[in-house]
Amino acid sequence: MLVAAIVSLTILGTVLGLLLGLAARYLRVEGNPIIAEIEQMLPGSQCGQCGYPGCTGAAQALADGSAPVTLCPPGGVALVQALADKLGVEADLSGVEDKGPQVAEVKEEICIGCTRCFKVCPTDAIMGAAQQIHVVFREACTACSKCVDVCPTEALSLQAVPVTLQSWYWHKPKLEVAA
Amino acid sequence: MSEIFLLLLGTALVNNVVLVKFLGLCPFMGVSRKMDGALGMGMATTFVLTFATAASWMLEHWLLQPLGIQYLRILAFILTIAATVQFTEMAIRKFSPGLYQVLGIYLPLITTNCAVLGVALLNVQEKNGFLHSLLYGFGSALGFTLVMLLFTGLRVRLSLAQVPAAFAGAPIGFVVAGLLSLAFMGFAGLAGH
Amino acid sequence: MKLFDKLFSGMRGGVHPEGRKDLSAARGIRVLPLPQKLFVPLQQHIGAPAMPVVNVGERVLKGQLIAAAQGNVSAPVHAPTSGIIVALGDHVAPHPSGLPVPTFTLACDGLDEWVALQACDDPFALEADDISVRVAAAGIVGLGGATFPSALKLNLSRGVQTLIINGGECEPYLTCDDRIMRERATAIVEGISLIALAVAAKEVIVGIEDNKPEAIDAMRSAARASSMKVVAMPSMYPMGSEKQIIQVLTGQEIPAGGRPADIGVLVHNVATAFAVHQAIRFGRPLISRIVTVSGGAIKSQCNVEALVGTPVQELIDFAGGYSQAAVRMVLGGPMMGQHISNTAIPVVKGSSGILALTSDEIGHDEASPCIRCSTCVRACPVGLLPLEMAAHIRGSDLSGAVDLGLKDCIACGSCSYVCPAHIPLVHYFNYAKGDLAAQERSKLKQEATKKLADARSERIARVERERAEMMAKRKAAREAKERAAKEAAAKAAEETA
Repeated sequence: MLVAAIVSLTILGTVLGLLLGLAARYLRVEGNPIIAEIEQMLPGSQCGQCGYPGCTGAAQALADGSAPVTLCPPGGVALVQALADKLGVEADLSGVEDKGPQVAEVKEEICIGCTRCFKVCPTDAIMGAAQQIHVVFREACTACSKCVDVCPTEALSLQAVPVTLQSWYWHKPKLEVAA
Repeated sequence: MSEIFLLLLGTALVNNVVLVKFLGLCPFMGVSRKMDGALGMGMATTFVLTFATAASWMLEHWLLQPLGIQYLRILAFILTIAATVQFTEMAIRKFSPGLYQVLGIYLPLITTNCAVLGVALLNVQEKNGFLHSLLYGFGSALGFTLVMLLFTGLRVRLSLAQVPAAFAGAPIGFVVAGLLSLAFMGFAGLAGH
Repeated sequence: MKLFDKLFSGMRGGVHPEGRKDLSAARGIRVLPLPQKLFVPLQQHIGAPAMPVVNVGERVLKGQLIAAAQGNVSAPVHAPTSGIIVALGDHVAPHPSGLPVPTFTLACDGLDEWVALQACDDPFALEADDISVRVAAAGIVGLGGATFPSALKLNLSRGVQTLIINGGECEPYLTCDDRIMRERATAIVEGISLIALAVAAKEVIVGIEDNKPEAIDAMRSAARASSMKVVAMPSMYPMGSEKQIIQVLTGQEIPAGGRPADIGVLVHNVATAFAVHQAIRFGRPLISRIVTVSGGAIKSQCNVEALVGTPVQELIDFAGGYSQAAVRMVLGGPMMGQHISNTAIPVVKGSSGILALTSDEIGHDEASPCIRCSTCVRACPVGLLPLEMAAHIRGSDLSGAVDLGLKDCIACGSCSYVCPAHIPLVHYFNYAKGDLAAQERSKLKQEATKKLADARSERIARVERERAEMMAKRKAAREAKERAAKEAAAKAAEETA
């Protein structure tokens, strides 16, 4: 009786295991296709602020769930929402401090023209040469703060993008109070 | 023919696994935020449930009963269910990585979805024949999918409503589930006449 | 009456706000005396700001070009009077944000001396292209409030079936179009004919709301000699909106996301037609417009012809100042106009009215929760579901609101007007549209910066590779040299041996 139980369950387990093994062969997935899709969504400036080596690393971490969707500061709230939708998780926006769009700015009176920022900028948004005051192209700057970190004189800082007539829009109406 | 129809109707509505028997509440609450996820969950569960009832009927009648080892029923059933879920998981991962990502942990958790094991055990308890068991499983799965979609629709609308802070999120979800369950209890009247 | 309107207006939805046009309708157009200083913004139109072409300190003549159009969608700006350009800098914009915009400050010299104008004695002999070139040079933009460059509209609408001239003026309070039709009908009719000539329109309809019988009479008698039809339309808001007037007059509806030209229609405002007449017949650029100064807080409501750039305060002073405290100042009409907080802002090409409203007129109440009464659904002239869209926007689901047709919302404010719970529905839609535009901008920027980042990493890799190749080449050259030297040395050694 006992022997029958042991044998039958062993056989059952072995058969199922073999079937699954076969299935795994035919249904094998090379890598995780979602990683490439996530990487497409990330800014791609490889700034490393998330703590991962570049955007590919961050995409991998996002795909296997080891990184929160709020990891990318340059992406802002919009990216958090997009990633949350993609991965089917709830976005916890409480931790994200949305400072709005920012760009780096050079304080011309302190800049010594050392070209360090110019060399690290991942999007070539800084123009300058040795002993010349550097300038940031606002359109190309992702506010990754790499330049801020290397500047020896603290001439670089992140500033909010000034609101213009073209970018201004009405704020969101406050929730009507439940009467 | 009418018997088949009645059986499907009875399992999907009158004896709905989720709202009348209260089985499988975990994915019911967990994957009901978005329609895509709910539909995917419903279809995955339908496959697993139908396949598992068939497999468990065969196990019960061709292995456990002849050998007189019915006390291993739960163990054997869980084994087949787990294998089916593993297979489903691999298939979904291969053919729909997006859905795989959306279902996340709830996909392997179908293994422990009490609706699946529950329906298999109920089949044994009620001494159903093979076709009957298969229909019972399929009907239950249809009922599960239907309720998943209904509830997700409600939750999507709820997410837009101004819910008092104390009720926001899962609490109002449970209240809604309760009301929906009350509504399904009304289907019991179908059987009376 | 209401049912009648619903059946015969041909417009979906719509509301009947209290007209309040009697405050200023009987007051003829008076010309505002020349102010001391004018503030002329570089951007008074949709599109790219104009590029300044005069320097600070320069004397300019009335009608002289001071800023040229820049890019495809733009309009030039002309000096409204003669004087000295004393500054080009930031001045508060005629915009609810109150942000500063680049603005010319012109100190008027009081001579009002015109620049030499290119008049045209027989405008109907002009080519179509010539008309739109002259319209473009005169800086004419849509004076109904949209301020889209008119010449561009003419070019995009060549060969349309129907030209509609919008004399709807459905916004309460405003009477500037009413007065211009009553007093300058002949000029308007000539302007309309010129526009029709420019686009080769087969049919011309002038639509005027039936609450302006004098304007209808004036236009009918002026248009008697021509083939254009002057049609009285039921008074209903938003009849003056482009999509709605087309629907009422032609029975056709513009498809979602489409333009009037798609169904062979072009719509221009009556005041624009007048400006076209002035530009073609006399060569005068658009430097002034009729503005209604009204509202319960204004002492003597009136219609004035003001130069572009005149500070709002001048117009209010001209109207006798305030009779009581104004709770809200609005530039434009009360339904779609812009809430302003500063009376130093200038009148621009698109400013149709200046309203000083009392607290009674605003009738503002705290918003209460939506009870889904669907009054807003019935009011929406586009057939949208304002309550649902607002709920999605409140729940930060903007794409859900877009699925419900947010992009087709014309922001007419009918929904907010009728909402019994006083929910600021149109405010939600304006916010959502702005936020979507901002997201779109940041997405474009992200794509651009991504390309830059990729280009940079590629460049760095290439430089690395080239350096490595160069090193290898040098090494090979050096080794070859050494080998040759060694061989030579060996040979020499051999020979000596």
